[in-house]
Amino acid sequence: MKVGIPSEINPKELRVAATPKTVLRLIKQGFNVFVQSNAGVKANFSNAEFEAAGATIVPLAADIYSKSDIVLKVLGPTVEEIDLMKEDLVLLSYLWPAQNPDLLQKLADKKVNAVAMDTIPRISRAQKMDVLSSMANIAGYRSVIEGANYYGKFLNGQITAAGKVEPAKVLVVGAGVAGLAAIGTANSLGAIVRAFDTRKEVAEQIESMGAKFLTVEIEEDGATASGYSKAMSQEFIDAEMKLFLEQAKDVDIIITTAQIPGRPAPKLILDYHVAAMKPGSVIVDLAASSGGNCTMTKDGEVYTTDNGVTILGKLDQLPCQASQLYGNNLCHLLDDMGKAENFKIDMEDDVVSRAMVTYDGKINFPPKPLPVSPQKPVVAPVEVEDPKITAAKNAKKDAVGMVIKLCSIGLLLLVLGQFAPAEFMQHFTVFVLSVFIGWQVIWNVSHSLHTPLMAVTNAISGIIIVGGLLQTTNDLSTPMTILASIAILVASINIVGGFFVTHRMLKMFKK
Amino acid sequence: MIEIGKEIQTAAYLFAGILFILSLGGLSSQESAKRGVLYGIIGMIIAIVATVLGQGVEGHIYIIVAIAIASVIGILVARKVEMTSMPQLVAILHSFVGLAAVLVGYGSYIDADTQTLAGSEHTIHLVEVFIGVFIGAITFTGSIIAWGKLEGKVTSKPFLYPGRHLVNIILLIACFVLGFLFVGVDVATGMTYLYIMTAMAAFIGVMLVMAIGGADMPVVVSMLNSYSGWAAAAAGFMLGNDLLIITGALVGSSGAILSIIMCKAMNRSFISVILGGFGAVAKGEAKEMEGEVTSLNYDAVAQLLKEANSVVIVPGYGMAVAKAQYPIYEMVQYLRKEGKDVKFAIHPVAGRLPGHMNVLLAEANVPYDIVMEMDEINPDLPNTDVVMVIGANDVVNPGAQDDPASPIYGMPVIEVWKAKTVIIMKRSMAVGYAGVENPLFYKPNAEMLYGDAKDSVEKIMGFLKG
Repeated sequence: MKVGIPSEINPKELRVAATPKTVLRLIKQGFNVFVQSNAGVKANFSNAEFEAAGATIVPLAADIYSKSDIVLKVLGPTVEEIDLMKEDLVLLSYLWPAQNPDLLQKLADKKVNAVAMDTIPRISRAQKMDVLSSMANIAGYRSVIEGANYYGKFLNGQITAAGKVEPAKVLVVGAGVAGLAAIGTANSLGAIVRAFDTRKEVAEQIESMGAKFLTVEIEEDGATASGYSKAMSQEFIDAEMKLFLEQAKDVDIIITTAQIPGRPAPKLILDYHVAAMKPGSVIVDLAASSGGNCTMTKDGEVYTTDNGVTILGKLDQLPCQASQLYGNNLCHLLDDMGKAENFKIDMEDDVVSRAMVTYDGKINFPPKPLPVSPQKPVVAPVEVEDPKITAAKNAKKDAVGMVIKLCSIGLLLLVLGQFAPAEFMQHFTVFVLSVFIGWQVIWNVSHSLHTPLMAVTNAISGIIIVGGLLQTTNDLSTPMTILASIAILVASINIVGGFFVTHRMLKMFKK
Repeated sequence: MIEIGKEIQTAAYLFAGILFILSLGGLSSQESAKRGVLYGIIGMIIAIVATVLGQGVEGHIYIIVAIAIASVIGILVARKVEMTSMPQLVAILHSFVGLAAVLVGYGSYIDADTQTLAGSEHTIHLVEVFIGVFIGAITFTGSIIAWGKLEGKVTSKPFLYPGRHLVNIILLIACFVLGFLFVGVDVATGMTYLYIMTAMAAFIGVMLVMAIGGADMPVVVSMLNSYSGWAAAAAGFMLGNDLLIITGALVGSSGAILSIIMCKAMNRSFISVILGGFGAVAKGEAKEMEGEVTSLNYDAVAQLLKEANSVVIVPGYGMAVAKAQYPIYEMVQYLRKEGKDVKFAIHPVAGRLPGHMNVLLAEANVPYDIVMEMDEINPDLPNTDVVMVIGANDVVNPGAQDDPASPIYGMPVIEVWKAKTVIIMKRSMAVGYAGVENPLFYKPNAEMLYGDAKDSVEKIMGFLKG
């Protein structure tokens, strides 16, 4: 089977759908690979490198589209490109099907089987082909690097001979893949990182990347079954805005990554937030292309506001790295679809059926939803017996059992009292009460102290020394005194050794 | 010598009893534990002084000499003992209490004062003597065998012979009958009965512990702890001394609770542990092991640790044997300095004594707030990159959850297999004390690292730094 990689014709697109490394993988999978001349130049991959990896260089895009069975692209095709395609061609690229219904229709009319890489479901199995994640990772990294570039100070705190440098404070809004990557990068550069997200479940992930999780005091979880956040209530948003205002006054760099699929990005950093920021601060808006999280963002532009805040509405794509990861994602998908030998479009497959937005002349979008986020168990309205009634029943049962037990114990004690002498009964009272006290006290002992507990009870059980003490007489030759002396000896070893070793152990426990 | 009245003595005993209760109560947290020990010591001093100064106590010189000799021995032993051999020390100390109880019982029997008792008082006293000696003798020999097993002087495999339950029951009945006869005879004959009964009780004690496997030692040791308390309480009854009764009851219930906690942690009934024989007979068809056991070298383990963000260490008896707690903590400190999240996870029955692992880690200065219990760590394990199982086996056996044929099925375990990678450090592929095959080793995310735990950790450390 032939796989073709045309040049990207959008002048702003620097990436390419294959790199020499991924070409090697494709060839290993059994494909013949054709690369359009100079397709990789903007990402620093030369024709010679592609050839060395085993690809055939083809001068014209038309040749690629007419000869290949599978075409790998980054951006969705233009009308002209679709005209070049043949029937039954398999196309792998970004398509944004929700925003581009016309494009889908054209592809379907042309009977092109198009896979929208941006609709790969975000389930565990498909993570290796999830281009949104791999690109978001790059964007997150880049947001910190470029933000730091425009920020006129160190990110890490230092104490140098020339004076002390305070560490920079970075606020990351939205802890998806991009947000987490940004947290990790900023953290490793030494900044103090804080992060906000409406989804409570990501708090742990945020903390694991080294940031402090910020939250508002309102109980509302923004998690949805799709793994993205949902829009929140007005009350929540007010609290959130207040939090952002406090943070805006304090932090040096704000990185926003909040996006809701199919909708314009939520406005989170408003004009008054920007106004509250210190001169020299930086805002990096990763949602610029879908309208921006900051009201003052200009898509595709970097500019400085009147109060000296630099707002970045575009980021470098890091084309070499991005092409490599994107290419790998494509390889994984082709691998999953059966490589060259058993290549098959399996519409039963969870991943393929959702990503294949046009198939056999028909549009296959939107797909069935597939939950990916760890779901909270939905409490089904099951017919349960009123817990109060059950509790009452149980209590009644317990009470009956208790009465029977107490009666039999009382009876037993009565019989005992009938025959035993008064002195014994007195001792017996002490005994039983002591057992109860011991029972109550010991349950509170913490698990880690069980060994010291044992050593202490051991020492205390050396109290049997009292028995020996009471039995010694002045005459060492009587058997009783001999027995008693030995008893005193061994019991004392117990007491002294037990207490000493407990003390030794406890000395070691420290926080 | 000053003498104090009976009332003052009772008051002192009451005070000592309160101090003992406070002492045990103090052990509920690390912060108050040291104070607890202090209470115990003060209580003990008050009890001894009040007894010695009481009416009718003679032979002060012998008492002082005996206590002085014993104190020296006690301090020497307690200073010298290694934390890894704490179970042995505790076991042998239990045997002392048992021995003392036997001696006090004999002493009380031949005490001229008690011979003059009449009627039911006399009968009750004799029963008390009999029971006290019986419990004391079982505690004495049982503890010695437990010590031998822990020390490795006696095989840790359960020693079983057919009909052992029958023999034990017959011996018990014989003791019971002897007890009946004992009440009605004169001192000379009674003495003979007492000797025979002591011998039988001693034999029961030996056999009881011999039949119990090494993995159940935490239960045995806490059970003997409980016995030593009951023995002291019995001595209290025969001497009519409330302090002995109170203290004995406290210790007895403490040991009983520990036994229950240990049994719960192993999902076994107390009775089945006591009856012994665990791990010798496989129940039903053992599950066929699927998959392959793969092993790693030190370099690869070091690499895994370098790449991990979160590491959980599960120590077991193997760590105690190899005395690996120091190098392990050194490694943990190194990893934590590298910014990794490192925690310890401790199963309630890891080791040979309740809380054994906690003590060993504390010895190596591991701060106790990074030491987690099983229930605390299990929810975190799916998000953990690397789990290192060091010398633990049965407590991380997935068969306890998914193989109903496994003898340990139903026992709560640390779910290490849920982590991304599990490294199991072991001397060989041999089974653990429970004698059960471990499917964990065959899991695809499990890697073995053979060798002595201390040695291995030191080598990994070399690669980590290099």
